Amino acid sequence: MRLRHRLAKLFAHVDAPLMALLGLLLLASTATVYSASGASADKMVAHFTNLGIALGAMLLVSHIPPQRLMQFALPAYVLGVVLLFAVELVGDVVNGSQRWLNLGITRIQPSELMRLAVPMMLAWFLHYKQEVLSTRHYAAAALLLAVPVGFILKQPDLGTATLITASGFYVLFLGGLSWRIILGGAALGGAALPFAWGLLHDYQRQRVLTMLDPSSDPLGAGYHIIQSTIALGSGGFAGKGWLNGTQAHLDFLPERTTDFIFAVYSEEFGLIGAFLLLLLYGAIIMRGMMLASEAADTFGRLLAGAIVLTFFTYAFVNMGMVSGILPVVGVPLPLVSYGGTSMVSVLVGFGIVMSMATHKKLVKT
Amino acid sequence: MSRRANPLLRLDLQRWRMRLMLGLLFAGYAALSARAMYLQGWQGDFLQEKGEKRINRTVPIPAYRGMITDRRGEPLAISTPVESLWINPREAEASPAQLQALAGIVEMEPAALKKLVADENKTFVYLRRQLPPDLAASALGLDIKGLYAKPEYRRYYPSGEVIAHVLGFTSVEDRGIEGAELAYQSWLAGEPGAKRVARDRLGNVVEVLESLKPPRPGQDLALSINLQLQYLAYRELHSAVQEHRARAGSVVVLDARTGEILALANLPSYNPNNRATLTPERTRNRAVTDVYEPGSTMKPFLVAAALDAGVIRPDTRIDTGEGYLTVGTKRIRDVHPKGTLSVAEAIQVSSNVATARIALDMRSEDYWRLLSRTGFGALPGSGLPGEAAGRLRPYENWRPIEKATMAFGHGLSVSLLQLAHAYTAFANDGLMPPLTVHKRREAVAAQRTMSAHTAREVRAMLELATQDGGTAPQARVTGYRVAGKTGTAHKLVGGRYAPDKYIASFVGLAPASNPRIVVAVMVDEPSGRQYYGGLVAAPVFSRVTAGAMRLMAVPPDAPMEAPPAAGPVVPEDSEAA
Repeated sequence: MRLRHRLAKLFAHVDAPLMALLGLLLLASTATVYSASGASADKMVAHFTNLGIALGAMLLVSHIPPQRLMQFALPAYVLGVVLLFAVELVGDVVNGSQRWLNLGITRIQPSELMRLAVPMMLAWFLHYKQEVLSTRHYAAAALLLAVPVGFILKQPDLGTATLITASGFYVLFLGGLSWRIILGGAALGGAALPFAWGLLHDYQRQRVLTMLDPSSDPLGAGYHIIQSTIALGSGGFAGKGWLNGTQAHLDFLPERTTDFIFAVYSEEFGLIGAFLLLLLYGAIIMRGMMLASEAADTFGRLLAGAIVLTFFTYAFVNMGMVSGILPVVGVPLPLVSYGGTSMVSVLVGFGIVMSMATHKKLVKT
Repeated sequence: MSRRANPLLRLDLQRWRMRLMLGLLFAGYAALSARAMYLQGWQGDFLQEKGEKRINRTVPIPAYRGMITDRRGEPLAISTPVESLWINPREAEASPAQLQALAGIVEMEPAALKKLVADENKTFVYLRRQLPPDLAASALGLDIKGLYAKPEYRRYYPSGEVIAHVLGFTSVEDRGIEGAELAYQSWLAGEPGAKRVARDRLGNVVEVLESLKPPRPGQDLALSINLQLQYLAYRELHSAVQEHRARAGSVVVLDARTGEILALANLPSYNPNNRATLTPERTRNRAVTDVYEPGSTMKPFLVAAALDAGVIRPDTRIDTGEGYLTVGTKRIRDVHPKGTLSVAEAIQVSSNVATARIALDMRSEDYWRLLSRTGFGALPGSGLPGEAAGRLRPYENWRPIEKATMAFGHGLSVSLLQLAHAYTAFANDGLMPPLTVHKRREAVAAQRTMSAHTAREVRAMLELATQDGGTAPQARVTGYRVAGKTGTAHKLVGGRYAPDKYIASFVGLAPASNPRIVVAVMVDEPSGRQYYGGLVAAPVFSRVTAGAMRLMAVPPDAPMEAPPAAGPVVPEDSEAA
């Protein structure tokens, strides 16, 4: 009885429908990682460890009331910016990018922290100023977004910068950013595109060009895209069946357990499988948005909404990259790709969403 | 922003903003779905095919190259399976330690190998061709990404340099590029087959899917060569070339009846198993490709032509006077004045003056016709590549001095093979079988070149030359009667006859009573004390012939006698004055 009570209490803040959908996605992930890794036992053990940690973290976060979370927003953001600044000064260079900070015991990538810290900060800021919101505040919020994004762009890490910008934009958009500013910004951005092109690093430009025409360098930069579209297309309507994908198993597909896992999945499960996966993502987002709209306060609504929309963006960018309609940026398919960091940050995000939706009665707004 | 007085109002807009966001979001998913439908539905077949192509490769199966044997089936050239290592520098990933180990296996400088592997512009570089399979396996065992092995066949020549010029050799692509390997390329080479295999990205064959075409192995080839005789000929030539410090030398042994080449050796030679020894100087098949002025070995042909034309009889007396003969402004000499000689004696002691006199007494056309019939000035047609035709000018243009010097083998050029072939006419009573380097399974029609009577008469004269009082007693073979002719010609160097450079030769046949073989020996620039054909080349003939008689089990036709004494040799000279 006591145990039951305790369990009930433990899962009190877990949203059952969302959890069920996430569970289905994680099941698909496990099956695909198993196949893509060539039935590697080591990989599976590591995968389950990641799942355990991430689900535990989600459970933990779901218990944190929004009020408490709000208190974390500013310190987390400041810490993140300081760490990014430190990276800029003394960061380790890996593969030509200065992304890592060596703390002596371990290396961390502060940009990962900013994935959640930035939307939290912005949501908190808009929440805090909601009574007096004016253009000035949006400008300040834009600055809060621009500082970490600037640091990350300089590392350079275009993928993460884009996604953090997206998450920040979602907060501002949901927070009521004026249409004029949005349209003006879009126009400005469009006009700045040729100049931005000049600011890009060679390899970044290469990626964009490769996306437009992968066959221009089939053995070099275009290789990933060509291989992944072939794997995708090879699946056909019904797929080759689980564990029967040739492109992945014969090592033609790069990064097949991580960034390009969608290609493995699609080759084995075909068009039907791809639609089902899209449906699953859609359902998760729908449920997530429903939960976000149930949030008790502005902070909760903005943060939860931004988290869910960012989740969508991750999935969209990854699948777009694998199917060749977006340039290659190193973004994993959320909750499907193998890898602990992404798994934890996404599920912690959903923990926050669940917390926002379930804590409304406990907090007075 | 001034219109928006109440910020709370704006936050109420959240709901429709969310809806709009959701709309955008599903537009994104629609794009993804469309893309998936395009790739998996519309382009599915095309991409599936491309995917198959990534995996399925048609790989050639090398065909076994036919073995070359001697006439009794002894292997002369054998193909063994080997592996060629190649690397794709684009894919290559190797640690310094791996590269170090690989460099050891492929015998390359580690720095050179590193540079090669670092060249990202290339996707295919051979590291080492034709490695033994176990070495290739240990290289692949290093687990270097981008390193592959390709199965091939490699030729081995067990007899090495002994028969190098006859066999020639193959390129690393297993194509014949010299000798019989080249001449019989289409016979020896098979047709490579093909199989379809599934390969992973590293090129490792995961599964053989089907055999498209089995390789058609090449056919074996039996040469006319007798390997034992070849060894003997090579060994004797080698010791003669060494003893006389000669620049080069050749020996040809023919089956007098069938025209088959039983042995053919040249020096300097090369080891076909070691490509480092391949220099043009060594790989030249001199007996076939090089021509020289034959000198006195041509005299029997003049005599045969004169006999056939009825100009002389064997006992016709010829006055050589003081040992010289003036033709126009030129003077032809013998080393020693020999007085009046019969035709037979003229051959026996090799008198330039006597043969020149005979020549001047006969029509140019008759001499030319015999030379032409015995194959001079034409390709010998042995089947070996690179044959030289030699030079035989049309008789219409012969000036008297030219006719006279041609009588003793100057003013025309021959290859040793050609000369040996021509001597089969004397051995076969005037019939000349066509040459061949592959084993003859049936008799072929021989061509008449002179009357049988004439051939026998000349043969008798040639036998005299090996008797005491002849130019070549050193040619004699215990137990057998042999016949032959020496030649000692000044070499033409830059259009002039070099006073101290000779070509010593001997062409003979045995046994004289019923000839079975013709042996021609040529030693280029003997620079020891001796340079006469009778002293330099005739001993080689003697030893090779003795061995050949034994190997061919030819019954002796002469009573056993003491080995030939190194008696006085009648000196001869073929200098064109």
